[in-house]
Parts: sequence; structure tokens; C-alpha cells
Amino acid sequence: MVFLTRIEHFNAAHKLYNPAWAREKNEEVFGACANENWHGHNYELYVTIKGDPDPDTGFLMDVKKLSYIIKERVTEKLDHKNLNVEVGFLKDKMCTTENLAIGIWNQLVANLPSFVTLHSVKLYETPRIFVEYFG
Amino acid sequence: MERKVAIFRKEHFNAAHRLFVPGWTDAQNLEQFGKCSNPHYHGHNYELIVKVTGVPDPLTGYVINLSTLSSIIHDHVLARFDHKNLNLDTREFATLNPTAENIVYVIYEILRKQLDASMDLSVRLYETERNFVEYPA
Repeated sequence: MVFLTRIEHFNAAHKLYNPAWAREKNEEVFGACANENWHGHNYELYVTIKGDPDPDTGFLMDVKKLSYIIKERVTEKLDHKNLNVEVGFLKDKMCTTENLAIGIWNQLVANLPSFVTLHSVKLYETPRIFVEYFG
Repeated sequence: MERKVAIFRKEHFNAAHRLFVPGWTDAQNLEQFGKCSNPHYHGHNYELIVKVTGVPDPLTGYVINLSTLSSIIHDHVLARFDHKNLNLDTREFATLNPTAENIVYVIYEILRKQLDASMDLSVRLYETERNFVEYPA
């Protein structure tokens, strides 16, 4: 069993804001992240797959193909976007790093070839804050 | 000869922005600024490096107390820009396009007023790990 990780990145705006709550409660719970006019991040995304290398190629998976799947299913939908407003797979969800990682997992898991398994999605919101999701 | 030393303080802030010229159409802005002109905004983790150069005080050995420098940056820069929409929430970029070039110049001007004239100042701003600017050039 080998683990292979591809790193991608995207820049996006968001806010942490529960529309069912009053503005005061949002500010109390989410602080500066609740700013109504948004703020933003440089997100770093680590996608790790696992499996056994193919005996002919030595590859677990052609990493260029993995990169293409991540771009098509994830980063093209997120890069330079407003996560609250413009992303179908986050609609009606709170745009936390936790939910974003789960959403990215769901975008990828059904679109990988059958000979590899998605192991983890690790997502950095800042250099000091990241989440990991293992499905 | 006076022995000048440069001292650096790193800070960071997260903000949303949009690059566009108000008089242009969305299509013109898209052509010039690409996806950075998205009307719904996008955002960055900005990394700020402030360089202050001066002769260390003979008594304290300090060019500037780093705690003082940090407080100045927090009070005058981060309090204005962190977790803000640069286009909508700041007076500095109400009409000025918030490119990295313009942001670094604005931050320099803000900090210059807070530092003793005997000190030299230089500001470097990272918009991403790979894109950064510095002023003065």
C-alpha cells in the first residue's frame, strides 16, 4: 500500500454567517469571520490517495490525471470565487473549513478510478489552520 | 561611523477584494484582470513584512522595540484590513484598485507617519506565496 499526495491551491472569499441567526449572534459566535462583506484566504489543498503501484508503470496513478480531476471537480469551482454565493456543492452549507473539506471529498470520491482509494483531504485555510477528512 | 541595523516584523491579515476599473464593463474588466475581477470577490491570506532600519540606541541596543512596532502595525494596518473586504470596508480602497502594488504603498504611507523620521522603512507584501511586492522599489 502506497499513499500519494497531490497539492493544489485556490484563493476564495467567504464569510461565516448563519442566516437563521441575528447579526449580533453571528458576530458573537464567528467574530471577525462574520463580516457581512466577506473576507478571504489562500487555501492549500492536499489530496491523498492510496493503493498498490501498477507493476507495468510503477504508478499508483498518473499524477497528472489526478491533478486534472482535482482541477475539474474542485479548484475550477472554487478558485477566485465567493464560497457562500457561487459554489453549487456548498449551497445552504456553512462555509467553514470543515464543511469545505467534506464537500471536496464528496466531489472527488466518485470521480477517481476504481484502482485507487481516496485516503484523505487536508485543507489549509491559513498556514496555521487546517482540517483533515478521511471520509 | 554609525552602525545601521535592519529589523523585521512579520504580520498577516486575511481579506477579500476585487480588481476592477469602475468605468469599464464587466467584459473589459474580465479581459484585463481575469478571474480577479469576479464581481462576487475572492480573497487572500496576506503576509506582511515590515523592515525598519536605523542606528541602535546606545542605551537600549534597540532600533525599535519590536513590541512597539507590532502594536503600530496592529493598530494602524491590521485593524483596518484584517477580515475586511478591501473594496467595500476600507476608505483607502474605496476608489483605489486594491492591487498588491497599491496595498503595499498604502501600508507604507500609513506606517511612515507612525515612525521616527530617522528610521528607514520598507514594506514587503505577499498576496500569495508566489506573488509579492515591495515598496519603496
